[in-house]
Formats: sequence, structure tokens, C-alpha cells
Amino acid sequence: MSSEITDDILLDIHRRMVRIRTFEERAGKMMEDGKIPGALHLYVGQEAIASAVMVHLSNEDYITGTHRGHGHLIAKGGEFTYMFAELYGKATGYCKGKGGSMHISNLDLGMLGANGIVGGGPPIAMGAAFSCKFRKTKNVSISFFGDGASNEGAFHEAANMAALYKLPCVFICENNGYGEYTPQANHQAIVDVADRAPGYGMPGVVVDGMDAVAVYEAAGEAIARAREGGGPTLLECKTYRYYDHVGVRGMGLSYRTDEEVEQWRLKDPIVNFEARLAEQGVLSPEAAQAIHEEVLKEVEAGIEFAEASPDPDPAAVTEDVYA
Amino acid sequence: MAEPQPKPRELPYVAAITEGVRTVMQEQPDAFVAGEDVAEAGGVYGYYNGILKEFGPDRVFDTPISEEGIVGLGVGAAATGCRPIIDVMFMDFMGECMDEIANQLAKMRYMFGGRATLPVTILSMAGAGASLAAQHSQSLEAWICHLPGLKVVMACTPYDAKGLIISAARDDNPVIVVLNKMSLAMMGPVPEESYTVPIGEANLVRSGSNYTIISYGRMVHEALAAATQLEKLGIDAEVIDLRSLQPLDSDAIVASVKKTHRAMIVHEAVRFGGFGGEITAQIQELAFDYLDAPVARVGAPFSPVPFSPVLEATYVPNADRIVAEAKQQLGL
Ligand SMILES: Cc1ncc(C[n+]2csc(CCOP(=O)(O)OP(=O)(O)O)c2C)c(N)n1
Ligand SMILES: [Mg+2]
Repeated sequence: MSSEITDDILLDIHRRMVRIRTFEERAGKMMEDGKIPGALHLYVGQEAIASAVMVHLSNEDYITGTHRGHGHLIAKGGEFTYMFAELYGKATGYCKGKGGSMHISNLDLGMLGANGIVGGGPPIAMGAAFSCKFRKTKNVSISFFGDGASNEGAFHEAANMAALYKLPCVFICENNGYGEYTPQANHQAIVDVADRAPGYGMPGVVVDGMDAVAVYEAAGEAIARAREGGGPTLLECKTYRYYDHVGVRGMGLSYRTDEEVEQWRLKDPIVNFEARLAEQGVLSPEAAQAIHEEVLKEVEAGIEFAEASPDPDPAAVTEDVYA
Repeated sequence: MAEPQPKPRELPYVAAITEGVRTVMQEQPDAFVAGEDVAEAGGVYGYYNGILKEFGPDRVFDTPISEEGIVGLGVGAAATGCRPIIDVMFMDFMGECMDEIANQLAKMRYMFGGRATLPVTILSMAGAGASLAAQHSQSLEAWICHLPGLKVVMACTPYDAKGLIISAARDDNPVIVVLNKMSLAMMGPVPEESYTVPIGEANLVRSGSNYTIISYGRMVHEALAAATQLEKLGIDAEVIDLRSLQPLDSDAIVASVKKTHRAMIVHEAVRFGGFGGEITAQIQELAFDYLDAPVARVGAPFSPVPFSPVLEATYVPNADRIVAEAKQQLGL
């Protein structure tokens, strides 16, 4: 299947990954410096997943994200201006400052929200998939969720229903090995979350989530199947988050070793991808550097926009509760 | 010469919670602690720090992120001889386990004709003010006070946190202890020994002659600050910390209102349909003839908790809003 990947797609995935990484590195620092209120869950390390999945989707395809949701929105086309404004709680943010990091969303892009509730996304994604089928569109709905979330009843109910109704839904488990500070081995008796798929009557696939091409291919197959009426797939991407559960340093607990983090960093989705693109003559190191710089400027512009934006009017507190 | 009194030991609220849990674990061999990240990590706010080390993994363990399962574990274990301490990290996540709480835990004894005993203690964090937005900031006590079979207590000081946890765990009924995330660093005297704060007894935290503020949870401190401001307006307010919402110390409320003739209820939860409505109704039922003014209520506006610090500051009740409401109520 890798023959299907065009250079344009490779470059597209690359840019999405760089946009996520650059945004997150800066946002995380700003949170720790107290410039951004609340709690940020950073997507750094997992960029290949959102990026390689999202290149298969249009704005009419839906996704649900997680508390670690900036990457999902960025890969779906989120603009840094409105995203930073939301993280700052400004009136110009994607959610007018009402949602913040954990509820960041944009329906125009088909992004049905990050979620503060672990396991909150899969049932909603299943419902959006139902809607695609009901309205006879050819669109699909993708639920991103963590290894930890795969233990919530909500996930199991959604998976069962999606398979039962043969919905155009793909469940993408971003297995980063931890739910907060608890390693996977202490929260479930299986190694591959994908093993659960046969129990619902859908295929389960495991893929290296640090390898954007592998994710692209596996997701492509699942999404094509869903679009053609073949029903849902459970796609598990093995990945890792570089930073703490919340923020960069977070609580500073010693639940994992520095060596483990270093081992995973060797598989870095962007560094390795860039080496591959250079080798294939698709993107030179200089050109890659130029993209990083361009994206960094986009981040700066986003922050400038956010800082120059007004706070919400206090009276807005009771607006938007009802239609 | 009198002996110099040793200054009572002070602890932060978070450490008082830990000490309450520790005491229970020491006193009750059938007690165990279960919840997400309570063991190895010591809890996301650190209030189970050291509990795993002291009591070992058989009695203190991390669960999957499965709130319905966790509370269900507590129900089944309690019905068969254990005394579970169940952590529901944020009160908002009661949504995930509400069936176990509302349809199982609260009702099992009754449905079984009084033959089941469910000594479950649930600890959970409520409270806005940390920009954690709509799903990590709520005060949902009204949900659980509506469920016959449950007891509900809220701790506003380190002293009460420890004492209420010990009382809750000694109680043979399910007790939900609602804690507040914004109070974790608050210091206060906490005796080293085991002690209880009785469930069902309100605490008169400030006495006054012509006004009663009834509150609970973190808002007690705002009520106290408001009472100081109200002095300047000639209002001598008494502040009652309910501590226990179910059972409710109606006697204490009524006695105070009969003395002061004017009352206000303050809670952080959404005002509409909030627990203040119940208190207001009881005051008019039990002390109607003593009232010189309508009962006032201060609570959050009718919206989810907003993220933006500016909006959140407007949202959460505070001393200034209490004073403003009192002025309006009394035509001052
Ligand atoms: C219903 C619910 N329970 C618990 C939490 C607290 N919490 C937030 S993130 C998290 C861990 C989620 O782990 P996982 O699904 O693996 O996602 P990851 O953080 O690893 O991306 C937990 C327990 C929550 N937000 N919602
Ligand atoms: Mg995880």
C-alpha cells in the first residue's frame, strides 16, 4: 500500500506533525509559566497518529478528541490564532473562552471536541457515524481515545453499537502505555487493546503509532472500509507521550524512568520521518528547517492574536446555554 | 504562673484528608482504598500520599479508569463485609458512576428490606476556581442529596476534613464526603489523635444577633468574610456551616432564624434547583412567623462552569456578591 502515498501526502503529514509539535511545545511552556490558565495535556510524541489519520478526512468527516486534544484539532485544520485565544480564555477563541484546552472544538472542521471526560468521545463519535449513515453521506466518524479510556464502559457500549449498526466509525486507540500515572499493565490484563475488537464483531489492528506511514496505511484501510459501509474498525496505535500527564514536568512523579522516555524518543515520529523524506528526496533537511521556521512564525502570530484579543464580557457567562 | 498552652498543630487541608484516611485504615481492618491513581501516585492532589506504603497493595490499589466499576466494587464489597473507601477523583465523574450511586448504593438496603448494610465512604473533589472548566469544577451535591439512603457531608476546614472522613467510615451507611480542590492548601488546627465530627450536626462558626447566613463547603469562608463586611452596615450576622447536608440539621437552622429573623443561604452550586431551595422551604415551613424578610439565596448562575478566568470569576459566588445580595434583600 505504501506505493499509494504520494509526495504531497507525505509533505502534508509532515506539516501537520510539525504544526502540532511546535504548538504544543510553546503552549506547554506557557502553561508552566502561568500564562495559560488551567491544565494542558500535551500531545507531544503522538503527532504521527492525528496527522496521518486526518489526511484521509475532509471537514465533513467527524472526529472526537480527548483531554489530550490539541493535536487532534490542529491536524484537522485548527488555526493557531483561535486555538491560542481559546487557551487564554479570550472572547475570540474557538469556544469564546468557555471551553479552554479540555473542550476545544470546531464544528466547521468536523471536530466534535476534546473532552474532559475520559471515554466521553467514543459514544459521540458513534452517534456522528450514525448520523452519516442516517443522512446517507459518505462521511466517516473517528473516535480518538487512550488506553486508559478503553476501560470505560462508555467505550464498550459505543463499540458494540457501532459494530451492530455497521456504522462508518473508526475507533483509534492511542495507546501511550499510561492512564495518568498508572502503567497499562496495572489497568488492564491485556497488552493489545485491539484484542477487544473481535468481541464486538469488528476487526482489530495494531500499528506502530510513531510511524506516520504505518498509521496512514492502516487508517486508510479502516476509513475506506467504513466509507464503503463495511462497518467499524478498532485501530490501536502504540505510542508515547514525552511529557507528564499534565503539562511538561507535571507533578514530577517517578512513575516511569528517564531511560524509557529516551528509548521512545529514539522513535520520534518527526525526526525519523524527516530522515526518511530526505532519503527519498522528498524533503531536504533545509526545506524541513524552513517549514519549522514558518510554523514557528504561525505560533508567534497565534500568540500575538490571543494576547491582543479581548476577554469575554462577563455577561457572556449565561449566554450559549440554550439555543 | 499558668502553663503556656502549646499551640495546636496546624495542617493543610490536603494533609488532614490523608490523616483521616490513615486513621480509618488503622482503626478498621476491613477498610481498603480503591480509585484511580490513589496508590502509587498518592492521588492526583496527593492526599493519599504514604497510604500505599503504610498499608500495602492489598488494601490500597489503583483501579482502571472505570468509575462505574469502582463504585460497584465498593457496593459489592460493602454488602459482603468490607468497609470500602472509594475515590471518585472529581465530583463531575459522578456522571460515570451515577447508576451505582443512585440505583444501587443508595437503595440496596431499602430494597432488601433492611437486610443489607453498605458502609461505603466515597471521597470526591468539587469546586470551581482553577480554570478547569465545565467538567472538572462542578458542585453537584444537589444530585446526591436527592437520593434517600445516602449521607452527604462537605468539609470546609482541615479539622472537618479529617473528622468527617473518620465519621463517614464509622457510619454503617454510605456517606459521600465532598471535598474542595480550592481548599487543599488551607491551614488549620488538626488534632493528632482520632476524633469524629458528628454527621448531622451543623457548626455555628460565627454568632450574631440579627442575620443568619447558612452555608457549607468552601463558601463558608466567603460567608465569614461577608459577615465582617456586613458589620459596617449594622448587620450582626451569624454563620452556620451545615457540614452535613443529609441528614440536615434543621433544628440549628430554625433556632438561628428564630433569633435573627433574616436568613440567606450561600452555596457554590448553581442556584436554581440547588440545595438552598430545600433549606429555604424548611425555613418558611418551620419559622415563617419569625421572618422579617424573604430568605435570600446566593449560588452560581444557571450555566455550566466557564473556562475563562474572567468568566469563572463572575460565576463563582464570593463575599462581595453575598453582601450585595444582603443589601438588596434588606433594602439597604
Ligand atoms: C471519567 C473520567 N475519569 C477520570 C478522569 C481523570 N483523568 C483524566 S486523563 C486520565 C487518564 C487517561 O488515560 P488515557 O485514556 O490512556 O489517555 P492519555 O492521558 O494517556 O492520553 C484520567 C484518569 C477523567 N477526566 N474523566
Ligand atoms: Mg494513555
